[in-house]
Amino acid sequence: MSNVIKMILKRLGLGVLTLLLLSLLIFLSVEALPGDLAETILGQQATPENVAAIRKELGLDLPAHTRYLNWLGGMLQGDFGNSLALKKPISGLIAPRLQNTLFLTLYTACIAVPLALILGMAASLFRNGYFDRISNATALSAISMPEFFIGYIMIYFFALSGYFPSMANINPNTAFIDKLYVCFLPALTLTLCVTAHMMRMTRAAIINVLALPYIEMANLKGVKPRRVIVHHALPNAIAPIVNVVALNLAYLITGVVIVEIVFVFPGLGQLMVDGVKFRDVPVVQATALIFASAYVGLNLLADIISTITNPRLMRQR
Amino acid sequence: MAYLLTLLWIIVAVLVSLGAGWCFRAFLISVSSQNMAKVFRTAPLTASFGLLVIAIYTSCAVFAPLIAPYGEAEILSYGFEPWSSDYWLGTDNLGRDVFTRLIYGARNTVGIAFLITALAFIFGTIIGIYTALKGGFIDQLLSRLIDVLMAIPSLIFSLLMLTIFGTNVISLVLVIATIDSTRVFRIARAVALNIVQLDYIEAAKLRGENTLYLIIREILPNALAPLAAEFGLRFCFVFLMISALSFMGLGLQPPSADWGSMVRDNADLISFGDITPLIPAGAIALLTIAVNFVVDWMLHRASGLKD
Amino acid sequence: MTKAIPTKAKTKTPAKAKAKAPTKAKPKQGDILLQMRNIHIKGKSDESWIDIINGIDLDLYRGEVLGLIGESGAGKSTLGLAAMGFCRDGCKITDGSISFDGMDLMQMDKSSLRELRGKRIAYVAQSAAASFNPAHKLLDQFCEAPLVHDVMSRNDASQYAIDLYDRMNLPSPETFGLRYPHEVSGGQLQRAMTAMALSCRPDLIIFDEPTTALDVTTQIEVLAAIKDIVKEFNTAAIYISHDLAVVAQMADRIKVLLKGDEVEQAPTEIMLKKPSQEYTKSLWAVREHTRKEQPAVKNQTPVISIKSVTAGYHSSVDVLRDVSFDIHKRRTVAVVGESGSGKSTTARVVTGLLPPRMGSIEFQGETLPAQYQSRSREQLRHIQMIYQMADTALNPKLRIRDLIARPAKMYLGLTGKALDDRVRDLLHMIEMEPDQFIDRLPSELSGGQKQRIGIARAIAAEPTVIICDEVTSALDQLVAEGILKLLDRLQSELDLSYMFITHDLATVRAIADEVVVMKDGDVVEQGIKSKMFKPPHHPYTELLLGSVPEMDPKWLDRLLDSRGKDNLGDAAIAKMNKKS
Repeated sequence: MSNVIKMILKRLGLGVLTLLLLSLLIFLSVEALPGDLAETILGQQATPENVAAIRKELGLDLPAHTRYLNWLGGMLQGDFGNSLALKKPISGLIAPRLQNTLFLTLYTACIAVPLALILGMAASLFRNGYFDRISNATALSAISMPEFFIGYIMIYFFALSGYFPSMANINPNTAFIDKLYVCFLPALTLTLCVTAHMMRMTRAAIINVLALPYIEMANLKGVKPRRVIVHHALPNAIAPIVNVVALNLAYLITGVVIVEIVFVFPGLGQLMVDGVKFRDVPVVQATALIFASAYVGLNLLADIISTITNPRLMRQR
Repeated sequence: MAYLLTLLWIIVAVLVSLGAGWCFRAFLISVSSQNMAKVFRTAPLTASFGLLVIAIYTSCAVFAPLIAPYGEAEILSYGFEPWSSDYWLGTDNLGRDVFTRLIYGARNTVGIAFLITALAFIFGTIIGIYTALKGGFIDQLLSRLIDVLMAIPSLIFSLLMLTIFGTNVISLVLVIATIDSTRVFRIARAVALNIVQLDYIEAAKLRGENTLYLIIREILPNALAPLAAEFGLRFCFVFLMISALSFMGLGLQPPSADWGSMVRDNADLISFGDITPLIPAGAIALLTIAVNFVVDWMLHRASGLKD
Repeated sequence: MTKAIPTKAKTKTPAKAKAKAPTKAKPKQGDILLQMRNIHIKGKSDESWIDIINGIDLDLYRGEVLGLIGESGAGKSTLGLAAMGFCRDGCKITDGSISFDGMDLMQMDKSSLRELRGKRIAYVAQSAAASFNPAHKLLDQFCEAPLVHDVMSRNDASQYAIDLYDRMNLPSPETFGLRYPHEVSGGQLQRAMTAMALSCRPDLIIFDEPTTALDVTTQIEVLAAIKDIVKEFNTAAIYISHDLAVVAQMADRIKVLLKGDEVEQAPTEIMLKKPSQEYTKSLWAVREHTRKEQPAVKNQTPVISIKSVTAGYHSSVDVLRDVSFDIHKRRTVAVVGESGSGKSTTARVVTGLLPPRMGSIEFQGETLPAQYQSRSREQLRHIQMIYQMADTALNPKLRIRDLIARPAKMYLGLTGKALDDRVRDLLHMIEMEPDQFIDRLPSELSGGQKQRIGIARAIAAEPTVIICDEVTSALDQLVAEGILKLLDRLQSELDLSYMFITHDLATVRAIADEVVVMKDGDVVEQGIKSKMFKPPHHPYTELLLGSVPEMDPKWLDRLLDSRGKDNLGDAAIAKMNKKS
């Protein structure tokens, strides 16, 4: 057992290292800017006084490594600095939006994951039948459509007829049921994109396992199909399926940005895009780091779960 | 009631597309050589439809000035004119002909996406194959480095880079090409690793062949099939990302016609029940679907699945 | 369609017949168990259906062992599986009838077929490692069939498992079943799979090349176990293999297949002594080729001298330990050993792919740089290599012309017409018609032809020594024979020396002048061939020589008598290691 624990700890260590390197990368990318950051941000309003003020504000007069450590230390304590555009502490902006985005993501995941797994399993079992071909073509079409396309179609069909609101506006005081109602369309949009990916990958993973020789052996022993799948195929398919799910949840993180814009949803994605528009560097840095951390975290979780569920590794004495 | 009508339209559209695909496949079989005809005969209807769509888009992109009725940024009339015989798809928010901008959008959006994919591909493939060949320390170092770069989702990273470098065409192309080349690197390396351990590579090394020869004459020809499929997939991805960025106002800037920004500019029309803004979005979706179908077919052939 | 077979009185063979070997020539008397008539099976390749089996009949009596022999692609596995009414994905039985114990398998529905499988007809696959589920214990997988078919309770099944494991001579039978598949060795796993097939006491077992993937010394244990158990339980069996000597040990009757057709069938003794068809005769004759005895080597500098080489891939583990031997001009040195002996690693050291930790390689007296990158082109030219798998040894995207021309161009600087002529010459030398083959791709060639191209590529460099790494191991017997003859001829025409790596002793007999026997990285014995095949031997060599099945059906029984059941294969090697 200790072998497995060592492996998990090693992965965790790598994950933390990756995050540190990422933060460095995000920090340094700003350093790579040709010319002066302050002047670039101010653009035409770059008078000496303004430049000096911005430099003071961003702490650009301090050496790089000090700034990095200050920034990182601040982040870990929840202080993300101040927004250049709004002149407010970023943490105040992030907190409610992060909550909203998390809500939307979880809402989507709860619908998408079971749906995708069931459809994927069905497609792999009825391989090459009509169900499989149609669902494959549909899924392929779904992942080809940009999220905003699906979003607007949703609005066109469901919002115009008045069933659902076209703008998902929620605030901390919105009741849970209302939240579910208001966020239904954005969640549905996201679900469509993510489910398609997950379904195809689940199907592929299961087909791979079903092609293995010991599955044939079980069939030749006269074992009933249901037992073959549950007893023989599934234990060996869990790892690849978990990987698929985690990867797609990570993909969800980028999808959510666009959906938030289409539905004017007050989430982290909206904040980031606005930050990019106004070249609000601290905001973009902070949100990028949060998104990246979630991405790394999910990949790490997938890695660990697939290691734990790998029968060969677990049974090693 | 409206839903049933829509469903009917969808079914009709699917049948028409499959029919068009069938006709196009027959056409391809008749004009191509013996070998190619054999290949085309195995293409499913979805893939032939995909090829047809790609052919149409490519012609639009190349012959845009000849096909489009008006100039790309010509302001012709009032904003948001309805569909008419003068303006087939009406006018956009500034009074420009939507159909014209749709055609030019093919050139701009598809063109840039293709350019980026090509750049990412050239760069990523060469480095990927090289690291697979050399192995050892270089392989470890580069792989770790690329792993870290890939730990940030592409969209987020692009947004970060665009904040810093600005949203002009050059930085757009370079930023996305760099980010995408990491994914290409990973797949090129994986494909090359499979090839590098085969005996004929060892035989070539023992002949004293240099690295360039090994990459170009021994490895690359055998890696083309999976890489070509990957090219298609990466194109779709880049294409969708450019559209998304334009949609967010961060991609190609006006007055260039670009499908993503066209959706954004005319989004208000949706609330009035006008589907015009859905058309550029649909154009994006259609090309991506087409390429995906073709790639799916290529992958199916390459893996030789009997299932 | 189905002929009524009159039941004859059963002559029971004694259960414990180790002392006297029952004569295989007497036809087994018993009821007919399996009758397959006019079986046609087709398989899907790309978009068209091709014939795999073309109208074969097969009869099997209770308690009888039928051997199915054929080269790869003959359809043996497919036919064997069809006996269960089973077809792999992409295949289907298009015609014919299969009657098992009076039941028509073609008419049965899926669930009835499932009831038969595992309970009355069992299957033992070629690769035990792939056929066991890595997630479950061996005992659980053994008990699965009896429990699913409701044949016995869990306790009874476990007890029966222990009993069978004991009979198969597996270590610690009580606890053996509690292990996972990856925790036991290949030979043990194969026996465990045979035990699993017996779990419901089936009437028929289909053995699909069960020992092909095993080393020769491990193979004996498995063969002995199978033979024992089949006799004891009076189970009918279909034994599929491409190895004639092995089938000769196990089968009462042999049927020969070629490309989906039946060539002939006869009781074993008759088949071995007096085969009637040309094809069968040619299969038998293969093992007859030998090399002429060469004059003794006088004092000459060896072409290749391997001096005290110790090498390994990772810093801690030595794959080769103090290996030394010489290869002289126009001589063939066969390097023999089982898997893990280090024979291929030796080749890598000689070619410079793996620098040794200690020792050196000398070519015609001068020491070669350890790494191939440091060697001159001339030095590289003199040592060429031919690989085992021609599929991966030739670049599939290059035409034959380019494949052969490249070394000629690089090493000898030939271009233009001179190069083209040289390529044609080489094709003639390997007995392939230039105009027919020069513009082809490797995928259009057969296995034997591809291997010849590999040879042509090697001799295009005009080398002095060629390392042949198991070059015939992946080929069918007839084709392999052709390659060996070609190599022999080229050796005298071109003054070549060969380092011939192989695990097959019959090949050694056929082509070697000197033999080097390797085991686990050491050279156990070396000398000229005639001395090697006569006693006295190093115990390992003796074990190796004795483990090769011969074309005498009584061979296995004699071996069991002389060594005893506990002294076979891995057990014997372990004992040997303990002694030394």
